[in-house]
Parts: sequence; C-alpha cells; structure tokens
Amino acid sequence: MIKVIDPGFYSSIQDLGRFGAQNFGVPISGSMDQFSADIANKVIGNDSSEALIELTMTGCSLKFENDTAIAITGSDMSPKLNGLSIDMYSPIEVKYGDTLSFGRIKYGFRTYIAFRGGVNSERVMDSKSMYVGLTKNFKINKNDEIYLNESKPSLNKKYKASLKKLILSDEIECYKGPEYSKLTTQNKEELLSTQFLISNNHNRMGYVLDQKIKNTIKPIITSHVMPGTVQLTPGGDIIILMRDSQTTGGYPRVLQLTNKGIDFVAQKGTSSLIRFLIKN
Amino acid sequence: MNSYKLKYFKYNTHCLLISWPETIDEKIFNDVNQFKVVIESSAGNILEVRSSYCSLLVIFDKEIQDIDKIESNLNNLYLSREHLSKTDRFLWSIPVCYEKSFALDIDFISKQNKISNNEIIKTHIDSVYSVYLIGFLPGFLYLGSVDKKLKIPRKKQPRLRVPRGAVAIADQQTGIYPQDSPGGWNVLGNTPINLFDKFKVEPCFAKPGDKVKFFSISEAQYKLIEKEVEFGLYELKKELIND
Repeated sequence: MIKVIDPGFYSSIQDLGRFGAQNFGVPISGSMDQFSADIANKVIGNDSSEALIELTMTGCSLKFENDTAIAITGSDMSPKLNGLSIDMYSPIEVKYGDTLSFGRIKYGFRTYIAFRGGVNSERVMDSKSMYVGLTKNFKINKNDEIYLNESKPSLNKKYKASLKKLILSDEIECYKGPEYSKLTTQNKEELLSTQFLISNNHNRMGYVLDQKIKNTIKPIITSHVMPGTVQLTPGGDIIILMRDSQTTGGYPRVLQLTNKGIDFVAQKGTSSLIRFLIKN
Repeated sequence: MNSYKLKYFKYNTHCLLISWPETIDEKIFNDVNQFKVVIESSAGNILEVRSSYCSLLVIFDKEIQDIDKIESNLNNLYLSREHLSKTDRFLWSIPVCYEKSFALDIDFISKQNKISNNEIIKTHIDSVYSVYLIGFLPGFLYLGSVDKKLKIPRKKQPRLRVPRGAVAIADQQTGIYPQDSPGGWNVLGNTPINLFDKFKVEPCFAKPGDKVKFFSISEAQYKLIEKEVEFGLYELKKELIND
C-alpha cells in the first residue's frame, strides 16, 4: 500500500481510457500524455493498460508501505527517494518505509509514476481513469491509500534520457478539421502561422489559447467532438479539447490534433508557445 | 426511400464523419439513426458508431487506409439500405418541480420573452420532445424542439454550478443536467430522478429516438420521489410508441 502524504496540485489515477460509452456522453479520459505514460509502464515491465499516477505541474509525496519498483517519465519534476535524486526513465526499487517526493519542475507539465504490477483501484465502465461523477474521487487526495496489483518481475528496460526532447516540441501535429474548409484564407493563414500562447485556462478537459482569431463561421448543429478537436468559438477563442473532452459540441471544428499532437499539448502549461502544423 | 447526399470526412486516423444536410429535422434524424443500425450490423472493422442530429461518427478498429474505398462501400450500403423494422421506442414521463427555489431563470425568461411564469411552465409541459442525442455530460439528454415562445439563447456568462437534475432550455433545445456542472442553459426547474447509472450496461434509461414529456410536481412530491429514487423504488412512467 502507498500512503499519500501530499497529493500535489492535481494528481489522478489514469489508464488508457474508457471506451464504448461515448454514446451516453461519457468522456474517454485516460493519460493526457499517452506516450510518456506508456513508457513508464514499459520501463517497469507492465502492460500498457495498467493504471498509473499522473501529476500536474507539481510533484506529490508518497510513503511506501510495501516493497515495489517504480518508473517516472514525462515532465522532470526533480524526483527524489528519501531525499536523494533518482533517475527518470529507469526502474527504481523502493522498500517499505521509503518516501518519494519531488522538487523543482525543470521541463514539461505532466509526470507519470508507474508501479510494478500497476495501480489496483476502482474500475468503472471498464476503466480506472478518474472522472467526476464516475469514480468515487476525481483526483487523489491527502491520506488516500493506493493499492497495487500483485507484482510481476520488472523487465529493467533502460530508456535513454534523450526521450525528454520528444515531449518538448512546440510544433503540434494536426489534420484539417471538419469545418476547416469554411475558414477564410486569412483565417487559415492566421491559424497556421501564429505562435499561440497557452492561456491560464487549461485542464484535462481542454486548453484555451491566449490569442483570438476573427471568426467568420457560424456555430454548427451539435455534432461529434473528441480529444484533439480544435474548436473556434463565436468570440474567436481557440479551444483544444483534451482527454476529458465532452463528446459533442456546437463550435466549428477547425483542426484535429494527431495523438502525438495531444501528447505534446499535455506537456504545456500557462504561457507555453505552440504552433499548429498540418500533416497530410 | 428518400436518400440524402451524404458527405464523408476523415476526422483522424481511425474516425470517419458522415454528414447529412445541416439542419434539425425529424426525417434526417431518423435517417441518421437508421443508417447507424445498418452500419453496426453489416460492416466489418468497426468499433463504434456514434450518432448526432445530422451526423454519424464511425470509429474503426484500425487505421483508415483507403478512404475512397471505405467511402464508396459505405455509400453503397446507404443507397441499398431498406426500411428496417423499427426498434421499440418509448415515451418517458419525467417529474419536474418548477417551483421558485428550482426555477433559477424563470423570471429572466418571463421578462425576456414577455410571457408569464405559469405560461412558461404550461408551454414546457405541453410539448412532447424527441431525444436527439446524449452528450456534453454522462447522461445529458438533448431534447427538442422547444416551443418558439420559450426560445432563448444560452447565457452570455455560464453559471459555474448548475445543480444536478436542473431542467433547462437553450435555443430550441431542452435538457437535464445529470450532475452538478458549469453550464449556460436557462434553468426552469429540477427533477429528482437519476439520469445516469454507471453500474448498468445501458446507463441511460432513454436512447436517441425515444420521446420525453414533463409533468409538474410540488416541492413535497419532489422530496418524496427523491427518497424513492434513493432507495430504488421509483419507476419512471413509460409508454410504447406506436407509429
């Protein structure tokens, strides 16, 4: 068992997400940066489907009440075991009584902690991903007790630190969205040439960008949206829908991020710069 | 059988969007849902089909390679479809308390649309609504169409917390908030019933194509039904639709 001493700013349990219930309005959820989450599981020898902890902007503090092994990927928040710095992207053995903590955030925005065997928590509609109204809690709280599945031996795969570069690109890969063709030539140019700043309004559901573009397209009749859909509001705001995205929306869908594009945005915080790059 | 000109759009690596002429229309909506059933029962490699007012989202279990071929296969399927025997559809009666403590925006609507509070309630109750889709939040029903007398835009400044059970209107739609949530619709009343049950295979009682009507209850009845719902004793009234 792992005891949560300090949950940090916003930490939650996530897996690959909740599928098949979108017709009932249930979001997909799952790890915001799937690439980093997947590596964390791989390093520790887990299946990609095992649940892990996602940290946002600040680290957490966990006390271990059994022996296990962990792997930390994604944003570098200066992880420490019993106060001593530990490596990311490699398996770390931990013992009963050890404390995991974090320090200064060096790059990125979301960190993943995978545990050998995976987190054993409440499964709702076939997923452990926390979500308001579905799981008992939507985030990890102080004094929570986190249980793990029975351990499997670690594969001890070592990944190179150069992987960090992969999550830091400001070029966000996307496709044209269903309403892209309705944009004026000037709109399109603006959308693709502007270096956008992430506003302070962002979370697991969506990211609002700081700059607006002049919108000439009318709202659409409520239709499908999904993680990675980029909406343009009547006021000209640009919203990137993320993993906890609603399933339907009425704003024009001008771009659709690739999965890699979503992963990259998930590692951005307030004032980070991004640029959309259409992939053909 | 009347066919529409459909547009196909590759949304991402795994998803295809099929669009009908963009309008809220019962005929188009029925055609969308009929084609959904046809696709689900006849095409391979498909994980899920999601419906909306005038579009379908088809999610494939592997990356879409030959988009032209998929398009022409689907379009042939569309043109050769036959009338399906209709699945059972129901008319659901939902209890709503329209009293002041729940009707957060009724005075505002009254002022904006120059219509008395009583007439707002009567107008809202008198219509039978179609369930067009479930979206926005788990179990949020999009119902239409609301009588023109009640047509009112979304709030400019959304409420940070619309209470669970709130029955609200926006444009020509009405809906029910299944959980506390930020929201911009204008609240008319509140229902004590449960809109979403995560432990059921079909977590929502209604499905697109069903109909809904509302009936008015007092605050005392609201409290009673709330208790019955809590103990699993309340049964929603439903009638089979024959048409």
